[in-house]
Amino acid sequence: MAAPLIQTQQIVKRFGALVANDHVDLTVAEAEVHALLGENGAGKSTLVKMLYGLLQPDSGRILWRGEPLALAGPRAARHVGIGMVFQHFSLFDALTVAENVALGLDGQEPLPRIAERLAEVSRAYGLPLDPRREVWQLSVGERQRIEIVRCLMQDPKLLILDEPTSVLTPQEAESLFETLERIRAEGRAVLYISHKLEEVRRICAAATILRHGKVVAHCDPRAESAASLARMMVGAEVGSVRHDIAAPGGPVRLQVSALSLPPAEAHGTALKSVSLGVHRGEILGIAGVAGNGQDELFAALSGERRAPHAGAIALDGVAVGHEDINARRRRGAAFVPEERLGHAAAPRLSLSENALVAGHAANGFVAKGFVDRAKTLGWVDAVTKAFDVRKGPRDPEARALSGGNLQKFIVGREILRKPDVLVVAQPTWGVDAGAAQLIRQALVDLAKGGAAVVVISQDLDELLEIADRMAVIFHGRLSAARPVPGLTREALGLLMGGSGFPAEESAAA
Amino acid sequence: MRLVLERRAETPLLLKLGSPLLAVALTLVSAIVIFAALGKDPWIAVQVYFILPLSDFWGIQEVAVKATPLVLIALGLALCYRSNNWNIGAEGQFLVGAMAGGWLALATHGAPNGPWVLPAMLAAGAIGGALFALIPALLKTRFGANEILTSLMLVYVAELLLDWLVRGPWRDPQGFNMPVTVTFEPEAIVPILFDGGRLNIGTPIALLAVAIMAVLVSRTLKGFEIRLVGEAPRAARFAGFDEKKLTLLVFAVAGGLAGLAGILEAAGTVRMLQPGLSPGYGFTAIIVAFLGRLNPVGCLVAGIFLAVTFIGGENAQIMLRLPLDVTRVMQGLLLFYVLACDTLLLYRPRLVRSAAA
Repeated sequence: MAAPLIQTQQIVKRFGALVANDHVDLTVAEAEVHALLGENGAGKSTLVKMLYGLLQPDSGRILWRGEPLALAGPRAARHVGIGMVFQHFSLFDALTVAENVALGLDGQEPLPRIAERLAEVSRAYGLPLDPRREVWQLSVGERQRIEIVRCLMQDPKLLILDEPTSVLTPQEAESLFETLERIRAEGRAVLYISHKLEEVRRICAAATILRHGKVVAHCDPRAESAASLARMMVGAEVGSVRHDIAAPGGPVRLQVSALSLPPAEAHGTALKSVSLGVHRGEILGIAGVAGNGQDELFAALSGERRAPHAGAIALDGVAVGHEDINARRRRGAAFVPEERLGHAAAPRLSLSENALVAGHAANGFVAKGFVDRAKTLGWVDAVTKAFDVRKGPRDPEARALSGGNLQKFIVGREILRKPDVLVVAQPTWGVDAGAAQLIRQALVDLAKGGAAVVVISQDLDELLEIADRMAVIFHGRLSAARPVPGLTREALGLLMGGSGFPAEESAAA
Repeated sequence: MRLVLERRAETPLLLKLGSPLLAVALTLVSAIVIFAALGKDPWIAVQVYFILPLSDFWGIQEVAVKATPLVLIALGLALCYRSNNWNIGAEGQFLVGAMAGGWLALATHGAPNGPWVLPAMLAAGAIGGALFALIPALLKTRFGANEILTSLMLVYVAELLLDWLVRGPWRDPQGFNMPVTVTFEPEAIVPILFDGGRLNIGTPIALLAVAIMAVLVSRTLKGFEIRLVGEAPRAARFAGFDEKKLTLLVFAVAGGLAGLAGILEAAGTVRMLQPGLSPGYGFTAIIVAFLGRLNPVGCLVAGIFLAVTFIGGENAQIMLRLPLDVTRVMQGLLLFYVLACDTLLLYRPRLVRSAAA
């Protein structure tokens, strides 16, 4: 049998005390779509960064067609035929597609030739792109195509894709899968990093599963069920969220009426006449591809940015559009932003101080300007107990907690207040399955207790699991909310891609 | 082999306390090298600089006189720096405070006046400094102008204004054309703590300010707001804090304290206005603030240390004929080492072998 295309032998990579990769063996054959599966933090990104020359292994070997391979950097990796598409794109917004591709190529090709070759490659692989468009005008899916085309133009033998579908609509993902099949059929190998089990079962012929930096299994995903893959990935059975769809018709607790807001920064998204109503006991899910106005909507709902007229936002019938975030908190609203570190919590402050961040106005932590430390510490203890936050010392700095535990803390910090209205963005982004299940259950239980909950998320599975009704945000517009039962992924995907919205919108984009 | 800096998960307490001490030690080593290079016996020089000022009561009193303005200014600067407001114009705010208070002293000079004059002068000094500091703060919050540049450039405005006043409209007619004002009336002079000494009530005021600031920073919501805005501006907005209002507040407080230090210096130690009113207190206080870890009690300790180098520098001028610039060099080195050692707090240095070999 011929030597495999690429193979790692007993690769070890440490970051301080953390062993990110612990004697990892991975073998990818030619013309194979190979899945690298694992939860967030399992060590997938670390491993592929070593394959792309961005990190150097502490010990172990990488073999390329049976020969030892030392990669000094990405340029060396590209030279042997390894290409990589990152989760976060490295593109210049103000440059054209062709210029961006030219910057990423190692040679000295003139720009017109690059544009020509680009058009050719994008046609051949079914990745339509206009070389002359500027990147800021393009959708996330189109931007990803640039990155893929840029890799393909260097004729790679191995293409590494890091969570490529996390930013795509279902339809965009579908056409990506077709492209991958074409790439594979040409004899190129694909290393496909994901934690989405269904798509891995569809497109991959082999899988390596990582957990806590170690390989726990090599398998053929087509021979496994999604449940058995999940078990290997998580190491335990993951419970499902208990959720009965709420009976519609309670009083509206959060009402947004024709809210328009210009973007706060240059490439931000304007909110255009957004309306929604969330009833008592209900979870409203807001789906959408990243960058379609989710951040702006969160800022407007929370009061970090005020609405242009007071009546645009109402809590329990009271117009609060002109009130700041703390006034809204005093009326019983609570908020969980998307970014854990830096937005929801200050990394270098302790948890008790981070309790103060969201609770100084409405939780009674402050008397006559002085902070009551016993109360904030007590609050940390209460959140820790109720939400199973695992930490070493009683009151560590926020950055010392793992992502999942910090997320449990910042969600718990709000839910423990028993808010009447909760707005939460990406509640389980980058969180392990156990913590995600706990957080989702807490959101469902909060709604059951009579609160109105808005969940802004890019994770369709999550929204379908916990939401009662769902709306889609696209280019700053919000679709009408529909009941989740009877809602199909296809219908949602079409909305996420912009069809179904007024035509002038997609033309203006 | 190459040196990489790895981010620390948690900073050990020992390092937090040890890093300023390490900076002081490195400054001493550098000082010894500089003294030797200037052809002086380093041991004697170190003694003159660092030991002699603390070896008798009069020396200690001089250190306290110098430390008072440094500590007052540094307290305000620490608030600014903690909240990411880079006010480096305290020297100008100090001088404007001296001029604002000094104007009152000159306006009431020779006229019948009462015990209200001095408190009014101190208030005028603090207000003058605060208003002057609000200029860069407003430019920052309204127009996004870089406060480092504007606050620094305003120092020269203040210096030249003082220069013009004491050479022009405020010059003492009987002063033999020297660029000085008249000596203030006794009512306009800050009371001395004990007869024959030079310590005035400015020192207890500075100590009181240290205590108030220590409580403010560690115990109050406002102190928390200042730290949060500096640590994580977005989280501060999430907490509902208004960054612009806070910028105005910390600049006003810093300017007020610098202005108060200025009028205390003019009406206490110097007793008149003159161009060389400040030997660079406003700039040295930047070093004090950082050496003191932006902590009020730390500022007190660091202020005393820097005051020692001022007195030591004067001693060295007299006894060793070393230029005053050597003191400036040492203060600059100290700030350099303090900032370098702070890197150790956040990062762990580690030698790695490159794996390609």
